Amino acid sequence: MTFTLLLLAVLILGSAAAAALRPNLIHSALLLVVSWLGVAGFYLWAGAEFVAFAQVLVYVGALSMVVLFAVLLTRQSRAELRVDAPAARRVVWAVLAGAAVGGVIGAAVLGTNWGPVAPSAPEVTVRGLGLQLMGAHGAALLVLGALLTSALLGAVVLAAPDRPRKEEGS
Amino acid sequence: MIPAALPPESWLEQAPLLARDAVTGLLPQSWRWLAGSLLEIAALLAGFGLLFAYLTLAERKILGRIQNRPGPNRTGWFGLLQPFADGVKALTKEDLIPDGADRVLHFLAPVVLVAVSLLGFAVLPFGRHLVAVELDAAVLYFFAAGTATELAVFMAGWASRNKYSLLAAMRALAQLISYELPLLLAVVPVVLVTGTLSTTRIVAAQAGWAHGFIPRWHVFTPWGAAGFCLFMVAALAESNRSPFDLPEAESELIAGHLTEYSGFKYALFFMAEYFGMCALSGMAVTLFLGGWGAPAAFLGWIPSYAWFTAKLLVLLLGFIWIRATLPRLRLDQLMRFAWKFLVPLTVLNLANAAGWALTAGWTGPLQLVRWAVALAAVVGPFVVLGRTLSAGTAPRIYRYA
Repeated sequence: MTFTLLLLAVLILGSAAAAALRPNLIHSALLLVVSWLGVAGFYLWAGAEFVAFAQVLVYVGALSMVVLFAVLLTRQSRAELRVDAPAARRVVWAVLAGAAVGGVIGAAVLGTNWGPVAPSAPEVTVRGLGLQLMGAHGAALLVLGALLTSALLGAVVLAAPDRPRKEEGS
Repeated sequence: MIPAALPPESWLEQAPLLARDAVTGLLPQSWRWLAGSLLEIAALLAGFGLLFAYLTLAERKILGRIQNRPGPNRTGWFGLLQPFADGVKALTKEDLIPDGADRVLHFLAPVVLVAVSLLGFAVLPFGRHLVAVELDAAVLYFFAAGTATELAVFMAGWASRNKYSLLAAMRALAQLISYELPLLLAVVPVVLVTGTLSTTRIVAAQAGWAHGFIPRWHVFTPWGAAGFCLFMVAALAESNRSPFDLPEAESELIAGHLTEYSGFKYALFFMAEYFGMCALSGMAVTLFLGGWGAPAAFLGWIPSYAWFTAKLLVLLLGFIWIRATLPRLRLDQLMRFAWKFLVPLTVLNLANAAGWALTAGWTGPLQLVRWAVALAAVVGPFVVLGRTLSAGTAPRIYRYA
């Protein structure tokens, strides 16, 4: 079990590091997808089947496309896909920002009162998860739904042409 | 593996399990689960590999007969060895890689595509005892595994370093993403009514016969029939089959994102397409056509896997028939069809299924009301949406023809 976790950690961190270091943006995006797959594998390792598949569906299936489309739509040519080594200032700022995020998350993890460990792992079914989501966290789910719907409508409004196009002949 | 529900089990029903146990019985106890899993994988690969081979032959033969020509008939009896000749040809052809291509991604794209398209078979219940992996969230797993095909298509288009490949890959991605939404939304009613994401329990929910002779398959309910049709249309588009095969459109678009592929890599793309088609058809059988269940009680002696295979083959032949019948759509027609027609209909069908589930207790004349309302909720939006969307576009007048 620990060995599997170690392998997964190497996969997640290794592909993430490679994604940050590759000069080619498309390679970075695809390596990021490998990292997300590793996270899904970690969820599977931890016994959270549903979360793992949802992670694959959302991150590997959908978010990867958003990233790739964004890269392709913002670069004019293949030459622009190359990312040169950043200047020292940017490296310093990147490390500082990363350390800040890490600090906040680490403080949150350390500050949490975990409580006593359950004697046996609880059996989590999809049904139980659904009931939890719709019951106790129903309001949050609705807010998220409204947020995503408004984002979708915004995208439609942005993408729609201002004027109706002229009808083609025939 | 689910416990047997029916008391008398014929020897044929048990045959695959007995064969597996006979092989794994030769090994020490601690190795048996591994050998069993490997055997299941080998059986799936061999079975669907052969099905792929003969599906290509059946497609060529049937297309040939529909177009009033014999089809391949020279290799072996009635052309029966044609798939193997095709395989040898694909293996011995030169594997061309463009000079500026990204060699690693160019190689990985077909490999990832085939690997991913095989994953879906793991959760399909092929028979009463035949499901490779029993998962609580099997339906979600199936569609999560399918989403990675989009990445492979992008890799193929981008790594070829060819503007036609890249443009075609973006076009194919737009199609795959657009049709994934109706595909998933068409499945949700089944999950809603059966209350489970497990494929074996969805099949179990469709067991039995209403009035003693009508199978309780989902396709025989109004929402199920609509869901089945919507699912199959979206599945046609997801597996790049005609009339939605414009990502490859070999006659107009020089095979799209496959432009720079040749030899066995090209064959791998087609293998993945057929695997995807088989997996989606198997899912349709599981979700709507009662899975491995027999259509009538007195036919129960025929083993369950034979029924699954028969239903799967009927759907696959339907795919081929549609390819021979319908012309290819244009990209704008394809997009309009997905977003303005399929997505609204699938959402309405979800509401319809919810109503069906809520009125499950109705009996007597109320039963008639239930059916009438559900049928109206299927037919009404279909007619209204279809009429509205096609207004002004049909009938078309060809001035120069």
